[in-house]
Amino acid sequence: MKRPIFWAVVIVLLAMAPFVLRSYNLYLLNLAAVKIIAAIGLALLTGYTGQLSIGHAGFLAIGAYGTALLAQHFGLPFWVGIPVAGFISGLAGFILLIPALRLTAIYLAIATLAFGTAVAEALPRWAAVTGGYQGMRVPRASFFGINVQNDVAMYYLALAMTVLLLLVARNIVRSRVGRAFVAIRDKSMAAQACGVSLAKYKALAFFVSALYAGLAGGLYAHVVGYISPAEFGLAKSIDLFIMIALGGMASLPGPVLGALFLTYLPHWLSGFRGLQSIIYGASLIGVVVFMPFGIWGFVRKWTAPDKVQSLPKPLRAAVAFVRGGGGA
Amino acid sequence: MLAQLIVSGLAAGSLYGIMALGLILIYKTTHILNFGQGDMAMFSTFIALLLFRTYGVPLPAALGGALVTGILLGVVVDRGLLRWAKNAPVTSLFIATLGIGMILQAIALWMGLIDARPFPYALRGPPLFIGDVVLRQHDLLVFGVALTVSLLFFLVFKFTKVGIAMRATSQNRRAAQLMGINVGRIGTWSWALGLGTGAIAGCLVAPIVFLDLTSMVFVMIKAIAAAVLGGFTSLPGAVVGGLLLGVIENLFSGYMPPAIAPLKTTFVFTLIILVLVFRPHGLLGERSVGGH
Repeated sequence: MKRPIFWAVVIVLLAMAPFVLRSYNLYLLNLAAVKIIAAIGLALLTGYTGQLSIGHAGFLAIGAYGTALLAQHFGLPFWVGIPVAGFISGLAGFILLIPALRLTAIYLAIATLAFGTAVAEALPRWAAVTGGYQGMRVPRASFFGINVQNDVAMYYLALAMTVLLLLVARNIVRSRVGRAFVAIRDKSMAAQACGVSLAKYKALAFFVSALYAGLAGGLYAHVVGYISPAEFGLAKSIDLFIMIALGGMASLPGPVLGALFLTYLPHWLSGFRGLQSIIYGASLIGVVVFMPFGIWGFVRKWTAPDKVQSLPKPLRAAVAFVRGGGGA
Repeated sequence: MLAQLIVSGLAAGSLYGIMALGLILIYKTTHILNFGQGDMAMFSTFIALLLFRTYGVPLPAALGGALVTGILLGVVVDRGLLRWAKNAPVTSLFIATLGIGMILQAIALWMGLIDARPFPYALRGPPLFIGDVVLRQHDLLVFGVALTVSLLFFLVFKFTKVGIAMRATSQNRRAAQLMGINVGRIGTWSWALGLGTGAIAGCLVAPIVFLDLTSMVFVMIKAIAAAVLGGFTSLPGAVVGGLLLGVIENLFSGYMPPAIAPLKTTFVFTLIILVLVFRPHGLLGERSVGGH
C-alpha cells in the first residue's frame, strides 16, 4: 500500500462509525457493504475480464439461501456458513462457464440472464426447502454463544468482509491473473497467442465473481435476517450492472462508488413522493452524459496531475494526502 | 390440441418478433441495447389508451397516435439525449436507456396509469374455427401486422435510400460516414422506426395482458431472448426467433404436468443457451471476428 496514512484514517473513521451513527444508518451501511462486495465481484468479471453478466442476482440468492439453510439444518455459525455458501456459489459460477467459453457480448448476457431467471423461478417453487414466496427467516447469528444479531456486530462483520475482499480483489487485479483478465477483455485472440489460457482464466473469473456475489448474499441474509425470492430477481441483477457502469467498470473504486450511489440515492429520494423515479432516472442519464466513464473516471479526470496544479491550495493538499505522495 | 398450441404459440411469437425487430433495428445502427424499449412501448400504448378513453378519439386514430408517439419519442431520445453522450461507452448508454424508461414510467404514473387497465381489441368478433383450431380475430390481426411490418422492413432495407444507408452504417460506421452518409441522422431514423415498431407491438400486446407500468417489460425480455435466438444482428432472425420462442413456450406449458409448466421461461432460456452453444451467433446471425 502506497498510501498507508490515508487508508489508516479511513478505516479508523469507519470503525468508529457505530459510536456516532444510529442503528438505522448502520443498517444502511451494512446494505451498502453487501452491494459493494457483489459489485466488486461483478466488476472483476465484467469490467476486467469483459464478460457481461446480467444474472448475478442468482449467485446472491445462492449465497443468501445457502447461508440460511446451512445455519438452519446443520447449525453452522455465520462465520462458517457465509464462506461455505460463498464457495458453493463460486462453484455454481462454473455453470456459466460452458456458455462463456463459446459466447461473447449480448449472447453471453442472455445466457447469464437465463441463469438468473432460472434461479429466480426455481426458488419460490422449491417451497419445501426455501419457504416458497413467503421466504424464510434466517437463524440468528451467534459467535460462541454470544448473540451478535444486531446492527453493530453486523457492521463490523460487513466492514471486515469489505476490507478483506477489496484487498483480495486489488491483489488479483495487480497480479498476473488480473493482467490475464484484462488481456482477455481487450483482445482474446492476442491473449491466447501470448499464452493466456482462455478456459482457465475465464473459469477463474467466473468462480471469483460468483464467490464474491455468494459472500455478499450470505452477508445480506444475516444483515436483514429474512430472505424471499422477490429480492433476487432481474431487477437486482440490473441494479448490480448499473452500479459498476455508473461507478466505472474497470476499476475497484468504481464499483464501490456505484454501490454507495445506488444505496443512498433511493434513500435520499424517498422524501420526494412521485418525483422519486424521475429524479432517479434523470440522475442515471446525467451520470452517463456528464461522466461517460463513470464516477471514478470523472474523479480520475479531474485529479490528473495537470488538473490538480490549477486547483486551489486546500484541495490540492487534500489530493496530495489521498495520494500519499506515492502517486496512483 | 397440438395444432391449437402451435397456432396460439405463433400468435404470441409474432408479438415477440415485432418487438424484437424494433430492438434489433436500434442495435444494428447504434450498438445500443435499448433496455427501455418495454417502457417506451408502454408509454406509446398508454397515449393511445388516453386518446381513446379520455378524449373519445376513434380507436384507429388513437392507435395511430401511439405510432406517432413512438416515432416522436425515438427522435427525442436520440436527438435530445443520446446525442449529448456520444463519447460514452455503449454499456453506459444502455444504463441511460434504463433511466429514460424510469422517467417514462413515472410520467405514465403521474398521468394516471396506476393499476392494470383493459385495452380495447382492434378486431373483436366471433372466433374462426379451422378444423378444431380456434383462431381469435385478434390473432389474425397480429399475424397480419407481423407480416406487414416484416414486409415493410424488408422493402425499406432493400429499396429505400434510408434503408440502404442503415445497412451500410451497421456494417461499417466509418466507411459509411466516408461515403457521405449522415450517420447521426441514420441513428435518429433507427430510433424513430424502432420505437414506432415498439408502439405497434405494445398496442397488440396490451389487449391480451392488460396495460400496466411493467407489463411490457416482460414482453421485452422475451423479445431480447427471441432476437438472440435468431441472431442479434439479423432482422429475419428476430421474426424466426420470436415465432420459435412462442411455439416452444406454448408447447412446453401445454404438455408438461402442472407442477413444471410454470417453469416455461427457464426451459426456453435453457434451450436458447443450448442453441447458442452450438451456434454462438444465433440461428441467422452474422459471424463477426472479434464481435462488438
